[in-house]
Amino acid sequence: MSTDVVVTGIGVTAPTGLSVKEYWDATLAGTAGIGPLAGYDTTGYSARLAGQITGFDAREHLPGRLLPQTDRVTRLALLAAERALDDARADIAELGTYACGVVTSNATGGFEYSHREMQRLWAQGPEHVSVYQCFAWFYAVNTGQISIRHGMRGPGGVIVAEQAGGLDAIGQARRTIAHGRGRLMLTGGVESSFDPWGWVSHLASGTVSTRTDPTAAYLPFDRRANGYVPGEGGALLVLEDAEAARRRTGRRPYGRITGYAATFDPAPGTERPPGLRRAIELALADAGVEPDGVDLVVADAAGVAELDAREADALRAVFGPFGVPVCAPKTMVGRLMAGGGPLDVVCALLALRDGVIPPAVHVTDVVEDYRIDLVRDRPRPCPLSTALVLARGAGGFNSAVVVERVP
Amino acid sequence: MITGLSVLAPGSTDTEGFWKMITAGRSAIRRITAFDPAAFRSQVAGEIDLDPPALGFTRRETRRLDRAGLLAVACARRAVREAGIASGTDLDPGRLGVSVGNAVGSATSIENEYVVLSDEGRQWLVDQTYRSPHLFDYFVPASLARETAWAVGAEGPVGVVSAGCTSGIDALGHACRLIREGSADVMVAGATDAPVTPIAVACFDAIKATSRRNDDPEGAPRPFDRTRDGFALAEGAAMLVLEDGEHARRRGADVYGAVTGYAAHSNAYHMTGLTRDGTEMARAITTALDEARIDPTAVRYVNAHGSGTRQNDLHETEAFKKALGAHAYDVPVSSIKSMIGHSLGAIGAIEVAACALAIRHGVVPPTANLHEPDPECDLDYVPLEARERDIDTVLTVGSGFGGFQSAMVLQKWRGGRA
Repeated sequence: MSTDVVVTGIGVTAPTGLSVKEYWDATLAGTAGIGPLAGYDTTGYSARLAGQITGFDAREHLPGRLLPQTDRVTRLALLAAERALDDARADIAELGTYACGVVTSNATGGFEYSHREMQRLWAQGPEHVSVYQCFAWFYAVNTGQISIRHGMRGPGGVIVAEQAGGLDAIGQARRTIAHGRGRLMLTGGVESSFDPWGWVSHLASGTVSTRTDPTAAYLPFDRRANGYVPGEGGALLVLEDAEAARRRTGRRPYGRITGYAATFDPAPGTERPPGLRRAIELALADAGVEPDGVDLVVADAAGVAELDAREADALRAVFGPFGVPVCAPKTMVGRLMAGGGPLDVVCALLALRDGVIPPAVHVTDVVEDYRIDLVRDRPRPCPLSTALVLARGAGGFNSAVVVERVP
Repeated sequence: MITGLSVLAPGSTDTEGFWKMITAGRSAIRRITAFDPAAFRSQVAGEIDLDPPALGFTRRETRRLDRAGLLAVACARRAVREAGIASGTDLDPGRLGVSVGNAVGSATSIENEYVVLSDEGRQWLVDQTYRSPHLFDYFVPASLARETAWAVGAEGPVGVVSAGCTSGIDALGHACRLIREGSADVMVAGATDAPVTPIAVACFDAIKATSRRNDDPEGAPRPFDRTRDGFALAEGAAMLVLEDGEHARRRGADVYGAVTGYAAHSNAYHMTGLTRDGTEMARAITTALDEARIDPTAVRYVNAHGSGTRQNDLHETEAFKKALGAHAYDVPVSSIKSMIGHSLGAIGAIEVAACALAIRHGVVPPTANLHEPDPECDLDYVPLEARERDIDTVLTVGSGFGGFQSAMVLQKWRGGRA
């Protein structure tokens, strides 16, 4: 793609902070936001640790009329959207309502809302179901509510690919700008589904860690890897055409989105190789970057031995053994479903900006055979210009995004 | 290029049956049989008599897949077979992608699971010991794309497009763009939804969006009729094989037509409301026509959203007048939702399939149940009876909760086989 697409605004809602600064400070300090799931009695459930956002009071951030019609996931998304647009100093009316659009990803919907309404239906009867249920829970709700709140009438949409979908949304927004269909796109993903019904559904993945020690539950690439910890939140980014953004703001953007690709693994039972390596190679080709031009990989970091091995294989195949520093910021917040990829893109952009790689936490015993250079224990300062961000979704989704520093 | 398609809609078991039914102007809406609807305001829907073994599903697949998954996979298998790209051909799996439109995921299975785990709503702290091994698949709608990808052997870009009731058009539009930018040679794209389940019926009851014509189910959806009182909820799926023109030509594929224009806008107005003046819909239509590089007067048939709500009928009629000008009064406009109901995210893809069939057969499907035209809806809505007509250019539109408005242009392929 010829058009240069840059990131001019970021909104973060993470277990480690509700602002870019809080999140980044915590990430560099190696502060984890993983703890016992709060809000109800979890003793009956096989896993009890989560990356939960605490201290979020929707009433402080949203007009009262939006509260009865929004699930927690949408409240968080609306906060991230507002902060990203503020950060970009974007005036939608001035930019043109039809030139500004929203593309988000959502893997699980507004589950708590739906849970409450299903209980009303089954315990009390159909006449007790809320007038908002018809849209409050579905996967398109965040895009819809954000577009309405900010008057963004441009090309919009929702892409779903389990935990890879957040990067796909970013790829879609970039495509929209590069093809001249939109001038400013708000994109990414925010996720939250930790009510009991959502929690049990998470646990049904079969790969959620059942450990109870928050420092030993989610250990990607570690010999003790035992599954992952689900997290909530995510990030929304403002993408714009580089030249238009420079003229509009006169500021240096967070970075450029220069490459993107998505692939899918072969169906079970076939002999063909998994698709992650291909996603990496296609994204690098899209960016016009050779493997030795990549300074940092933000890994998917599944925390499941088989999947960790597969990711390490792909990294070795493309970059060689110990060929590139690998970073796993998810170890601090858990896996945020469709919010995880976009939050990792934020991490990559900030790492490029500050020339420092944040550490993976809790991981102490990296599997030797993986032969990867996992950055852990403390931040590693080094000059960085190009980063690759990976995300995988259960079932075989592989997505990759390349971001570059703007000099 | 559309080189294969398959539809599963209420009232029929295959594409041919579907086309016969809708061109006969017959409605398949009936009293709900999936559960006892007596306690609900709207008690009618478009249901499919799903027979998994007859569709080639093993018992294991039948247990694993939600209805929406069964519908999507069945259509995908048939569509690739028709297109001649089934596995074993020399198509590179990495150049084959999947784009599945879907609004409400595995709604039926989610609710069935909820009912068991919560002991019919008695327990807020649902009991995980009762869960199905496939609960996670129902939890994440991406599983619908995964199953479709497995069914056709796709290893290129795979995903679900979930923009409420425009998902079907948007999934196809997305697939076209992936082909055009070179990310895939072939996309199996379409949509599926199976929402005839108590919570879905109840949530549309709550906003009085669905028809209460319970004593006359077949007559329930009556778009553009003065007596219409809402849409009929339905289930269904359609999958199309979209192919790069050069790729289709090389292998001499049989072509239905080409998608030449697509646009999606948000109305930024209301999560469920539509503007009276149809501005954003008109804009989506104009953008799609521009992308196809055709004049509004070239449109020979308009497949309307036509859900059967007064709000939509007026909004859409205004939008057609705005975007097509005086030609809006000359072009036939019809709604197949009058016969197969509104299958949420799926219907947009079923309608694109209907448009491709209309081009192939030279027949405009009618709007059923349109006996007393609403005086405020003053276009030609093709009441009751199909019309034979050479159609080379078709416009189809959709509106969805969340403020989504989409439009797509299909055109006849003049060269016979590609």
